[in-house]
Amino acid sequence: MHLSKLLWKNAFRHRLRTSLTILGITIAILSFGMLRTVISAWYAGVDASSASRLVTRNAISLVFPLPISYKDRIRQINGVQAVSYGSWFGGIYIDEKNFFPNFAVEIENYLKLYPEFVLPPEQLTAANRDRKGCVVGRKLAERFGWKIGDTIVLKGTIYSGDWEFVLRGIYRGRDKTVDETQMFFNWKYLNETIIKTVPRRANQVGFYMVGVTNPNRAADVALDIDGAFKNSLAETLTETEKAFQLGFISMTEAIVIAIQLVSFVVIIIIMAVVANTMAMTARERIGEYAVFKTLGFRGYHIAGLIFGESLVITMTGCVLGIALTYPAAKAFGSTLSNYFPIFNVATSTIYMDLAAALIVGIVAAVFPTWRAVTIRIADGLRRIG
Amino acid sequence: MNQAKRAIVQIRNLSKSYRRGSQIIPVLEDITFEIPDGEFLALMGPSGSGKSTLLNLLAGIDSADSGSILINGVEITTLAETELARWRSLHVGFIFQFYNLIPVLTAFENVELPLLLTRLSRQERRAHVETALRVVGLADRMDHYPSQLSGGQQQRVAIARAVVTDPTILVADEPTGDLDRHSAGEILDLMDRLNRESGKTIIMVTHDPRAAEKAHVIRYLEKGELSDASQ
Repeated sequence: MHLSKLLWKNAFRHRLRTSLTILGITIAILSFGMLRTVISAWYAGVDASSASRLVTRNAISLVFPLPISYKDRIRQINGVQAVSYGSWFGGIYIDEKNFFPNFAVEIENYLKLYPEFVLPPEQLTAANRDRKGCVVGRKLAERFGWKIGDTIVLKGTIYSGDWEFVLRGIYRGRDKTVDETQMFFNWKYLNETIIKTVPRRANQVGFYMVGVTNPNRAADVALDIDGAFKNSLAETLTETEKAFQLGFISMTEAIVIAIQLVSFVVIIIIMAVVANTMAMTARERIGEYAVFKTLGFRGYHIAGLIFGESLVITMTGCVLGIALTYPAAKAFGSTLSNYFPIFNVATSTIYMDLAAALIVGIVAAVFPTWRAVTIRIADGLRRIG
Repeated sequence: MNQAKRAIVQIRNLSKSYRRGSQIIPVLEDITFEIPDGEFLALMGPSGSGKSTLLNLLAGIDSADSGSILINGVEITTLAETELARWRSLHVGFIFQFYNLIPVLTAFENVELPLLLTRLSRQERRAHVETALRVVGLADRMDHYPSQLSGGQQQRVAIARAVVTDPTILVADEPTGDLDRHSAGEILDLMDRLNRESGKTIIMVTHDPRAAEKAHVIRYLEKGELSDASQ
């Protein structure tokens, strides 16, 4: 026999109590993991940003457009490799609850800036040739059962009327961090239509997407772009794609902070629960620990038994919690794919789960260990009988 | 014969008191006595007379206020906590009133516990445990848990645990206090046999005159003072 066997047996001596504690830890780790995954999902756009891409928008606000004529001037700036543009379309498919992001873009050039969107060349060519052609992500196509050649009608919100598109391409993400729920269609289709209906809104874009030759010079290039349009009617604000995405998140920062706080509160609560369990356990066994000390076992043996037992309980709960996090995240992600197109459990979340369980296990065992180690043997033996 | 009469325990001017609030309650006062090697000594006395305190001091699980305890040449009152723990593991076998077996361990595993502190191999530990359990007549109950054994059998497992390391002295605190008369008789016979056949020095605290009768020497402790009593 080894003391580890005793440690394991001790952990499951009170099966109901231990099972309930493990259940509590499992739920806490599951909750913690899910909340961390929500936060990761919030930052998915930031994580997916490329250091070699800049976003140029109107300096006043994103809702104000920029002239299409800026494209050539941006292209001439030193350090710019490629320029494309797009406008947020904000169309609705049948019902508002079917929300997905849709943009009017310069399809070919735009997708060249996004090598993480993998689209067969023939589909790209087809989408480019067809004025009404559009490209959608795999998940979006699966969600609505769309196939190549299908006609998709969006109800315009910013640009009124019903807009008809033909699905010419379905892109896949290079990896699982890529958003596969977006729709892109030809900006020219949008522009040609509004020239007829609202001419004053024609020949304008929402933003420019700029590819730079050297990511290390991105800040200088951004300054040069903004400098080129200084004192114009539509001054620009250029920032890295990451900063642009963070700008969106900062609008909802309070929610993210609240979720982070709740995730840590969950851990603190379960720490109190486990500490209570361990305190009860150690109090009940104080006589046994005195017997161990009588037999010649030292403080570190007793500490090993209590810390080990605490860690067996917390790590068992942690492993179960982690095992449940994956299916729970999958179910949660598919249910709320409108809001969280990327809902993957990050490896860092698993490490945080393990670290949290480890900390809970250790902290919960500190006081009972101190009590068991410091109690006089004679006092401990008096607790028996 | 001379070896049997050598004093294995030498106690000089031993005093111990407890503090209750601001009050100091003396338990043992200036006690001096010796226990020869191979002795079976019974310590008797009324409740609160300090019998168990004296036993705890002899076993190195409590500390004296003053005086000296020399056991087999080792002055245990000067040992540090860690040295004392090691000394206990090698030299003292403790038999408790309530057996104090670990309920989640089998009889074999309970007896094996003190051997986990030694450098013995697994096979050697097994051999020692089997021998100890055979001595107490429980070779066929090795895989039983304490809850599957009677009180007498549990105490025999506790005795096996106490002797498995072949300690210098065996100390027993009311070893028959929780047993019926028949089981108590069996335990006393076993202790007597250990004393006679293996030459174990046994110091037993008891209230029970029948238990004390098994001892070679009976000493009475009253109001913290040890009196020479009948043999």
